[in-house]
Amino acid sequence: MPKKKVMVGMSGGVDSSVAAAILLEKGYDVIGVTMKIWPESNSETRLREDGCCSLFAVEDARRVADKLGIPYYVLNFIDLFEDKVINYFTGEYLRGRTPNPCIACNRFVKFEALLHKAVSMGIDYIATGHYAKIVYDDSLGRYLLKKAVTASKDQTYALYTLTQKQLARTLMPLGDFTKEQVRAKAKELGLPVASKPDSQEICFVPDNDYGKFICENTGKKAEEGDFVDINGNVLGRHKGIIHYTVGQRKGLGIALGKPMYVVRIDAENNRVVLGEENEVFSSELIADDLNFISIDRLEGEKRVKAKIRYSAKEADAVISPLEDGKVKVVFDTPQRAVTPGQSVVFYDGDVVVGGGIIQ
Amino acid sequence: MTERYVYLDHAATTPVKEEVLEAMLPFFKDKFGNPSSIYSIGRESKKAIEDAREKVAAAIGAQSKEIFFTGSGTEADNWAIKGIAYANRQKGNHIITSSIEHHAVLHTCQYLESDGFEVTYLPVDENGLVDPEQVRNAIKPNTTLITIMFANNEIGTIQPIAEIGKIAREKGICFHTDAVQAVGSVHINVEDMNIDLLSMSAHKFYGPKGVGALYIRKGTKITSFLHGGAQERARRASTENVAGIVGLGKAIELAARNIDENAKKLMELRDRTIEEVIKKIPFVRLNGDRNRRLPGNVNFSFEYIEGESLLLMLDMKGIAASSGSACTSGSLDPSHVLLAIGLPHEIAHGSLRLTFGVDNTHEDIDYLMEVLPPIVERLREMSPLYENVKRGNKNV
Repeated sequence: MPKKKVMVGMSGGVDSSVAAAILLEKGYDVIGVTMKIWPESNSETRLREDGCCSLFAVEDARRVADKLGIPYYVLNFIDLFEDKVINYFTGEYLRGRTPNPCIACNRFVKFEALLHKAVSMGIDYIATGHYAKIVYDDSLGRYLLKKAVTASKDQTYALYTLTQKQLARTLMPLGDFTKEQVRAKAKELGLPVASKPDSQEICFVPDNDYGKFICENTGKKAEEGDFVDINGNVLGRHKGIIHYTVGQRKGLGIALGKPMYVVRIDAENNRVVLGEENEVFSSELIADDLNFISIDRLEGEKRVKAKIRYSAKEADAVISPLEDGKVKVVFDTPQRAVTPGQSVVFYDGDVVVGGGIIQ
Repeated sequence: MTERYVYLDHAATTPVKEEVLEAMLPFFKDKFGNPSSIYSIGRESKKAIEDAREKVAAAIGAQSKEIFFTGSGTEADNWAIKGIAYANRQKGNHIITSSIEHHAVLHTCQYLESDGFEVTYLPVDENGLVDPEQVRNAIKPNTTLITIMFANNEIGTIQPIAEIGKIAREKGICFHTDAVQAVGSVHINVEDMNIDLLSMSAHKFYGPKGVGALYIRKGTKITSFLHGGAQERARRASTENVAGIVGLGKAIELAARNIDENAKKLMELRDRTIEEVIKKIPFVRLNGDRNRRLPGNVNFSFEYIEGESLLLMLDMKGIAASSGSACTSGSLDPSHVLLAIGLPHEIAHGSLRLTFGVDNTHEDIDYLMEVLPPIVERLREMSPLYENVKRGNKNV
């Protein structure tokens, strides 16, 4: 029987490098690829040393592929990335929301476009260095997405959009490993990236200054407006809604004698609503744009643990379907900073039930 | 799994010919002298360089003192364009070029624009040809340089160089041509064609990488490129790449000797490929002029598929091809050449360049024709656009 072919997305970092090595050991026919998502002319991002898809990343990934003795290619996703990730990111901020571009990238670029490209070339699977597990459950007849063994590294939050078709053709070999094991493995294999630091911020905003990025990218100037309290009383001036996110306390540039937090962003009136800490808590939310993994669809109330942002702790909640295909999430105890644009992901133990985008 | 290895990317680079390698080898170890030294092994190196210079001059109808060795074709282009622009800045600051030049020319012109020069990028027709009358009309009192490539690296179109040269001469304007793709493949005579500067690169005609040459017509006012010692008449300081220069000399000598015979062979492979691909694969277009093209170049666009996937699948089958010019990261941007000949963005992404060499055979084409049609078919099967076409619903 011919070997199964797998295309591994390689960023030049430790995780995807080790993922490729593991698949090779398991007997797959492995092909390495790096997605090129920036035009050559954007030198600032291209020449960064730590960006996941920069020119340096390409060099690192190529060296790893050489070391492993696998073919390696760079694939061009510049137009798609701009459309589905960058424009989405800036658009959401301009609407007063706080998007998660990594989820959009996974959804539209990695697990849709890259997978389609691989399949069209006769490749059986794509693989990534995500910390998550994909298993097929015979009794349910479904592919399940499960948390990685190391809770602190688990990346299932950013993967809830995967469909059954995508999961069937995706391999995530790192789900059973700890980060320490992965680093040790990289060292053992003599991979040139064993000691590279983990990447942190959003790959296309190297200096973490979202406001500046949005202004430069859209050519729009951040328009100043009013800070108001929840009753609409003006408290001061803000520098433009794109500079704020729900729950934010630092950097408001306003002194009111008590700690104040962003409660809501009112893009329509260009206002930022501030309140005291207790006003930042909500006991429910509505999610839209849903995808379910462990179930085909949500038919009644279901008790889950819900996670409202990448860094948030899971909270007990009950989810129930609404008529328009949306889902209502009611928390047992109110949650801090429920932020429109972020995703809410539902878990049942270590199994991802599904998720959607907070409205 | 790979049944054959077929190299069809000779426009990217060529293997060093056996005789070329043999000519070079002594100069790495036994004859290692510095050409600037006065003793015998130094003089021997110097003689080897001057012999190579004569061979280059002979191949293009120049005098040997008009030939300057460089580190690459790109360096020759940079030197020619910047050298003429800066040396004549008092006279004028306008440069005429075309929109389908190699990046070595385009990016150099863009650099000069950022330094206050004015550049006209002439359009080309649907086959990629520059109209000499447009060159004439673009000339202004402050024009100091016309730089138009001899033959295009992607679509192989051969420009009307002699006609452009004639116009430049009439107007007393310096004329440079990037002949990196043409040298060794087509007849060039700098006198007959009124060329004032010409760039070439050894590895495109079975010589080594890392060495090129610039022809500079006697009496041309040009700045020096590298400052230092007195090498290359103090125009391009650096201890000479003796072995490389010897290799370039040998390679151009061989290419010039066999030019007609090689061209005949390559054209046969080229024409057969064009004919069979067009016959066997629907929705395909040949890019570039059918006749006024390099003997070894074909360039196709296949509608409804991405060139990138096509190249990867060909590579998996052992066929080395390309989509146009290689770039830093090795990924594909839409080709500026294909956009300039009027192809829409999505088709400019989906091109395939095959460039034949003297070692290719009809068996190579047999293998290509066995492998290529099913790959195109498979990729189209997966394309939602093609799905619509098959349903006879083309307007989506």
